[in-house]
Amino acid sequence: MVNGLNLLFQFLDSFAFIVLAAAGLAIIFGIMGVINLAHGEFIMVGAYATTLANIRLGLPLPAAMLAGVVVSAVFGLVVERVIISGWLPNLISQLAVGRDVIEPLYDRLADSMVATWGLSLIMVQGVRITLGNSLDQIGTPLGNIAYGGFSYSTYRVLLAGVALAVLAVTYYVFTRTEYGMRARATIQDEDTARAMGVDTERTYMTTFAFGSALAGLTGALYAPTITMVPGLGSSFLVEAFVAVVVGGPSVVLGTTLAGGLLGMINAVFSNLIGTFFGRIMLLLTAIVMIRFLPEGITGYVERLRERRQEGA
Amino acid sequence: MATTHSGGADSNASEGFLDRLVGRFEGPNTVGNSRRFWAGFAVAVLALAAYPLAVGSYQASRFSLFLVYAFLGLSLSVVWGYAGILSFGQVVFFGFAGYTFGVVSVNFATPAGITAAFVVAVAGGALLAAVLGYFMFYGGVRNVYVTIITLVSTLVLHTFMAQTAGDAWTIGEAALGGFNGMPTIPNLALGVGGAAFTFDSMTFYYFVLALLIATYLGLRALVNSDYGRVMVAVREDEDRTRMFGYDVKRVKLAVFTLGGALAGLSGVLYASWGNYMSPGVFELTFASLPVIWVSVGGRKTLLGAVIATVGIEFFRNSLGGELAFVLVGTLLLVFILGLPGGIVPWVQEVYSKRRGETATSEPTEASTEVVDS
Repeated sequence: MVNGLNLLFQFLDSFAFIVLAAAGLAIIFGIMGVINLAHGEFIMVGAYATTLANIRLGLPLPAAMLAGVVVSAVFGLVVERVIISGWLPNLISQLAVGRDVIEPLYDRLADSMVATWGLSLIMVQGVRITLGNSLDQIGTPLGNIAYGGFSYSTYRVLLAGVALAVLAVTYYVFTRTEYGMRARATIQDEDTARAMGVDTERTYMTTFAFGSALAGLTGALYAPTITMVPGLGSSFLVEAFVAVVVGGPSVVLGTTLAGGLLGMINAVFSNLIGTFFGRIMLLLTAIVMIRFLPEGITGYVERLRERRQEGA
Repeated sequence: MATTHSGGADSNASEGFLDRLVGRFEGPNTVGNSRRFWAGFAVAVLALAAYPLAVGSYQASRFSLFLVYAFLGLSLSVVWGYAGILSFGQVVFFGFAGYTFGVVSVNFATPAGITAAFVVAVAGGALLAAVLGYFMFYGGVRNVYVTIITLVSTLVLHTFMAQTAGDAWTIGEAALGGFNGMPTIPNLALGVGGAAFTFDSMTFYYFVLALLIATYLGLRALVNSDYGRVMVAVREDEDRTRMFGYDVKRVKLAVFTLGGALAGLSGVLYASWGNYMSPGVFELTFASLPVIWVSVGGRKTLLGAVIATVGIEFFRNSLGGELAFVLVGTLLLVFILGLPGGIVPWVQEVYSKRRGETATSEPTEASTEVVDS
């Protein structure tokens, strides 16, 4: 009984972790065709902003978390304008030499990977230089759930609920709002969308800020549970990547399914052999999944559906 | 079709043996197809050869590490710049070969054993690349998913090697050592019994330098050969190359394997240089370095990879301290955004424009014709 409970809670824990880590990355990748290798560092921005707001400014934890989300969204907006779209450098160079110097990184997968990797190096080292090698940590709130000999942190159970809420909100935003419609039009065919009057430039900008805000939320939520070091982003990046690849092109469904599958694998193997093997199995699953389903789970589902429609 | 040799001044020279030899190293896929380039090349080689005499063995030993890294830079240049496979996992083969060299050479610490370790490790790097490459290319994995698989492979090895502390992970006399790494890897030695030679810091420098020059020239000959043209065709348009009847998967696998061997060579030299190997080589920060070198130098040139690798590492090492990575990151951003072609092609363009020559044999971007997004 206790073992079963243990497994369940471990599953919820890894599910929440994977979904929250992946959501922002999946949105930016899915809509903009940009692979953000600095995603972990965006999470770090959220976590640091939350911690600093809580400890240095004395804000209560929920307000500090909100601050973390806002700071990372604004940060993401700046990064999009300066690096991803090259809007600001191009504006300056237009005035100076009369031509653009930067081609936007949209849909340039390899280049966007390399550029955002450069950004992540700067961010990690920049934070280390300005704020030192570590930061005080906020205590984990809400105490424990106890059941007989079993106890688990309430806060971590809450995170699973938040992960589901994030998925629901994302689903709502992309299917029920006007922004979501424009964003989906931009994914399907950028040129046509533009011809129909969609401001794709602004859609990209909003999307990147939205993805960054989700990364910031992840950082804010996990700030009380992890050690605050400048390199903390890398521990999220791996799971996020794996989930996006396994999930495939459909953002919400893909992330949910990938989170479920990978969370299960991670929980079972961590329980059976140890956390190290849980992680290794996660990575091996990703490699094997890409090999057999290069389009991820949802890509495969999509193909099956198309085939059935053709058959009918 | 694109065999326009540059330098009208050279065409009057008699077709001697030397010209034919040099002709092998010249072609549209490399920069520097002129007398002036080879003169500069000779000067650079002489300067590198004289360097240890000027600065002493300590500095020479420090510098030889940068030359060792140049093999890693070259391996990515061939794989990414020429065949279009962006691999984030060159350090996988680097580290695997380094560990293999460590395990074999610690167990058989005679010159013959170390020579065997050298061969086995480089072959091991190539074999691992072949296995991973077969799995990917024959499985139909393409484009960015190749990058992600190689990235994830790096992370798998990092996670795995980090937990190899303890007695269960001792192979013969060699303990893998987990996070602490594997110390006491012997110096490189070549030969058998009495005819053996063990390298010290000075001779190691010259050995690496000679090997690097040979590798560079060999790769130049390769990329300018017919096979090199096929590689470039795969990079430019995979589907069209397949339509012309080339076995694209086999070409990619062969190039990837070659890249694995070169990265493995780099790893072996690295292990014997520092007498040490640790899971740190599988860290993302280290894994990104080859990508940085090659992007900055210009991925479609071999020379760019070598110059940028040695230059950046020299710079980073001399700078040391906390700002090094900030500067490296900034460098990377500036180059990928402002100068995606890299520094060497840019210098060449500026140089030939100044001399009033028409654009030399640098192949123009195929994207003027083929636009697939």
